[in-house]
Amino acid sequence: MAMKGYKLPNEVPWNDIELGAIVTEPGSASFKRTGDWRTEHPVVHKEDCIKCGICWLHCPDAAIIPQDDGYFEPDLFHCKGCGICSAVCPKKCITMEQEVEQ
Amino acid sequence: MSKRVVLEASHAVAEAVKMADVDVVAAYPITPQTHIPERLAEMVAEGELEAAYIPVESEHSAMSCVLGSAAVGARSFTTTAAQGLELMHEAVYIASSHRYPIVMAICNRALSAPISIWCDHSDAMSCRDVGWISVFCQNNQEAFDMTAWAFRVGEDPEVMFPVMVNLDGFTLSHVTEPLLLPDQKDVDRYIPKYSYRLALNPDSPTSHGGFGLPDVYTEVKYAQEVALRNSMPVLEKGWKEFEEIFGRSYNAIETYKAEGAETLIVTMGSLGETAKMVVDGMRENGVAVGHLNIRLWRPFPFAAFRQAVKGIKSLAVLDRAISFGGPGGPVASELKAALYDCEDRPKVMSFVGGLGGREVDNPVFEYMVNRTMEVTASGSDVLYEPLEVRGLEQGSGVRG
Repeated sequence: MAMKGYKLPNEVPWNDIELGAIVTEPGSASFKRTGDWRTEHPVVHKEDCIKCGICWLHCPDAAIIPQDDGYFEPDLFHCKGCGICSAVCPKKCITMEQEVEQ
Repeated sequence: MSKRVVLEASHAVAEAVKMADVDVVAAYPITPQTHIPERLAEMVAEGELEAAYIPVESEHSAMSCVLGSAAVGARSFTTTAAQGLELMHEAVYIASSHRYPIVMAICNRALSAPISIWCDHSDAMSCRDVGWISVFCQNNQEAFDMTAWAFRVGEDPEVMFPVMVNLDGFTLSHVTEPLLLPDQKDVDRYIPKYSYRLALNPDSPTSHGGFGLPDVYTEVKYAQEVALRNSMPVLEKGWKEFEEIFGRSYNAIETYKAEGAETLIVTMGSLGETAKMVVDGMRENGVAVGHLNIRLWRPFPFAAFRQAVKGIKSLAVLDRAISFGGPGGPVASELKAALYDCEDRPKVMSFVGGLGGREVDNPVFEYMVNRTMEVTASGSDVLYEPLEVRGLEQGSGVRG
């Protein structure tokens, strides 16, 4: 996810902070891993999926990604595990699975 | 050539803002600041000043508006007092954290309750830690001069901080005095054109007001703190340049008849003028007293202050605000902290008076000096002495 030449905020020493902490790299929030905040992650069970896209519409972090085959998969780099996709799925085909220490 | 005019400090500030060729003014009227936005609105309406005047619905909106105009690189001004400053409080921090060089005049007024429209410094003290450059004026000429200086130094690429210009409500804001208005071409020379490298602009996008997670917030705040402290040489240079162009000399800490003095009266704001008259009178009677004016409140000029009080036995500090339940008057506490590590430091005697417009006249200053000299000899364990409280014996101190 990291972009060439771009430093994440936690890599920048205090004296390299831009004036007023103003962000000069558009969209740089997408480089921040928020996936490690979650305690559960969504798992899509394609066999029941009707490709309705309701999970994609409701994801508050734009972390449900439409696939070429019409199905949807979570972007686990950004997914915070809120479970909304699972709750709104009319076919109940997204389950939330416990994160386990790797 | 400067022009001698007769103006109240509010109009002197408005003149300085006009001569600084400000782009945006957003303000909400509040006593005793009303004459500043009123005069600026008139200047814009009459075509004397080419600027956007935004008559906002509150002080919170006033500060929010100038945050927006500063973000696109417009030279921006606002002004308020007391409750108005409290209402804009949370946005005040954002100006310094984003490093927007907004200039704000504050006509110092007591905070409610009870409602008081009159002067003290409790509003300024509530903004002690907001990260702005903060300067106090003693008279109307200084109100003009410090406003011009505020634009000059705040926008300096090595500074980039907002500046609040404190002037005592009514005592200065509504009092008419003669002062010198400089030539526009000299002001143009003093305050160069302003260009903001990080301005919001679709051609080179920037985001202002980002999210700071725990992994970066500390570094951002430390960078801000270092930058404010490091602004000191530019603030001093700004006064030096001012003197070269306009002939009036200013410093962060200014003393009057300090040579040979044992005790210095310490004030911020317009009471410095009264204190100097008291010094003149007491000196004639052989009392070894002088005066110290704190012009620059933030960043606090530690080195200049320590230098100025070398060899002085005691300081009689007048605070126009109470730090409830705290260590004494807020200015006096600050001075004590500044001196704690110095050897042969002067005794600091903290007095709190002049609250909510209460007169502080010559006898009060004379009492302060005599009392300070007495306490320096005898010792004292009081945190501070409230001045002239009905029903309280003079000389009673507040203890911790």
